[in-house]
Amino acid sequence: MSEKYIARSSTIAARKLAGEMMVMNALNSTFFTLNEVATAIWQAADGHTPLREIVRRIICEQFDVDPEQAQADAEQFVSELSSRGILVVSDHPLTVEAQ
Amino acid sequence: MSSPASKQLVVEIGGFPISLFTEDEHFWDLSRHSYQDFLSAGPAKFKLQLQILRDRTMSDDEVRVWREGDYWRLERGDFCVRWNPNSGSGQVQQNPFTYSLDSVLRIVHSLILAEQGGFLLHAASAVCDGSAYLFSGVSGAGKTTMTRLAPADATLLTDEISYVRPGGSGYFGYGTPFVGELAKPGKNCSAPIRGLFFLEKGHENRIEMLSPSESVRRLMQNILFFAQDRVLVEKLFETACEFANQVPVRRLTFYPDSRVWDTIREFEGEPAHV
Repeated sequence: MSEKYIARSSTIAARKLAGEMMVMNALNSTFFTLNEVATAIWQAADGHTPLREIVRRIICEQFDVDPEQAQADAEQFVSELSSRGILVVSDHPLTVEAQ
Repeated sequence: MSSPASKQLVVEIGGFPISLFTEDEHFWDLSRHSYQDFLSAGPAKFKLQLQILRDRTMSDDEVRVWREGDYWRLERGDFCVRWNPNSGSGQVQQNPFTYSLDSVLRIVHSLILAEQGGFLLHAASAVCDGSAYLFSGVSGAGKTTMTRLAPADATLLTDEISYVRPGGSGYFGYGTPFVGELAKPGKNCSAPIRGLFFLEKGHENRIEMLSPSESVRRLMQNILFFAQDRVLVEKLFETACEFANQVPVRRLTFYPDSRVWDTIREFEGEPAHV
């Protein structure tokens, strides 16, 4: 299976307030609140760390979750945020925040 | 920027004086009357040159605001504006009614405010015991009702669009001349904002917490911003977060009689970050 790399879209404004991560797509003003796991993935989306490694090193370390289930959940989350223009997904490393 | 025949008046809303220049004496008189409590003698940092077109009619078309190089362009059936945010000046072509000038001023102020960390909000506001209280919600939620029920010693800032600016250690609400259902302009004064309440009518008076994200979501839904401009939206999102971080934002369920103001006066909430 090929690796997935994720990066935060440059059209997104994000802010953590009282423990809640809020993100807004500035292109269409859509607004989302991320849960703790989603926030950890969002913060780790640097474009060059493979998603599998983010799940293994961050999600499984910080949260008491089954690795396979965590990977499946992360892929679903990434796919959802990508469809809303919040994350960019690629099968090769992304060196800068994607447009 | 003005011709020798231009007459000038300075309208100061929210602490931002804007010089209005026009050669149309009748419109100058109308404007002076409309903004009589908001006229200023001081120098103005911002300038608008008005060209009055007598054959232009009223319009309720949707306003369009977009970037064109260094300029903002504002357009509706009854006006078109070219605004340069760097020089703080613009040219307006509009019909001979102050209703249209109200709209132009609202948009120009919303652009000025966005740069300063402030915003215009669909909300009524009033000053009571030295503090400003804002009441927001969808049409029919009770914004005008809250201002009608306000105690005699309260001062109306607006029953339609609240003017919010950061200042000192918090945010301030300012009075505006823009009228809503009450058809009564606000007072030209300001006060530190003690709370923002999103209104819902009910059988009792109750104030409830909103999560930070719900506060910001509702703020973003009610802030007036006319331009779908990425940089502007990002800025307003940051501003909404900062506001929710510093000012208590709550849901106010209220029964429409004057006792709701006792609940407001007793309110001692803290902002989200605490």
